[in-house]
Amino acid sequence: MSVITIERKVLEKNDQIAQKNRDDFSSNKVFTINVVSSPGSGKTSILEKTIGHLKGKLSISVIEGDVQTDNDARRISALDVPAVQIVTHGGCHLEARLVRDAMENVDLAKTQLLVIENVGNLVCPSNYDLGEAHKVVVVSTTEGDDKPVKYPNMFRNSSVLIINKIDLLPYLNSNIDQLEKNALQINPSLKVFKTSCTTGEGIGEWCAWLESQVLK
Amino acid sequence: MHEMSVAQNIIDIVIQHLPEDHPGGVKTVNLRIGKMSGIVPDSLEFSFRVIAADTPGLGNANLHMQFVPLIIRCKECNAESTLDEPFFVCPECGSINVDTLSGTELQITEIELEDPPQEES
Repeated sequence: MSVITIERKVLEKNDQIAQKNRDDFSSNKVFTINVVSSPGSGKTSILEKTIGHLKGKLSISVIEGDVQTDNDARRISALDVPAVQIVTHGGCHLEARLVRDAMENVDLAKTQLLVIENVGNLVCPSNYDLGEAHKVVVVSTTEGDDKPVKYPNMFRNSSVLIINKIDLLPYLNSNIDQLEKNALQINPSLKVFKTSCTTGEGIGEWCAWLESQVLK
Repeated sequence: MHEMSVAQNIIDIVIQHLPEDHPGGVKTVNLRIGKMSGIVPDSLEFSFRVIAADTPGLGNANLHMQFVPLIIRCKECNAESTLDEPFFVCPECGSINVDTLSGTELQITEIELEDPPQEES
């Protein structure tokens, strides 16, 4: 029996394409975030609020990832921000190749901030680098405070945590101090924001930080 | 359920390494999988079998996974610890200033080829 030694990363092809994406972002001075969460945590709502805050200050483009429909791209386009929809047709995550294809329809030279909204899923997207500067993980208060413990990879691989729907806290048993503590045990360097898209609370802080990163 | 995509990547890499002149197929694909790799072993095995069954040379291939524990080294007290839970805190001194030494791997290490059929004399 013969043995062939390989020693290669299984997802090396994705990582190579992600690096090409990153190089293109860098040469065009585009700051890119990859927004991840479970379905329904409010990624698109946060994005709408973020665009409302930053549209006059930064040129923004959006790549939307969904299993089906272009609903989210239409929501973003309604705000006069260019949005490209990736429909994965059942695929549970975005891969660097899909983003690279979508980038053909993004005017990188005219973009300062590119937001990639990933497919709603706290498991699979954590393995796939898209070329972003930061992964931003969103958790809503209704999801319970043990989300970070259940899905540690996503929290370990993200740089920013947004705890959304804080306006609902009076009606929930959810303890966001515990949620934050759980998240920081998995990733002590997480930058944490607490937001409500209904009241607007916390959106200003998040946008101020994001703007400072883009203009850095 | 990204194991199907992972399985496809494994098979693509294996095919690149198959020698053209070897008449036997692949017997085993050896993987190194970290505890924090986010892979569900049963799902990966299932996905691999589905794709391998239709891939020339891989019809009989098995997947062998070597699991790697999550090990950290504390930058404060230098202790190396194996973590059962992914809380990146040094169990010795409580510091959060730690490096991950292993546990995130998702690698193909080697492939074992079937022996070619013995020619009858």
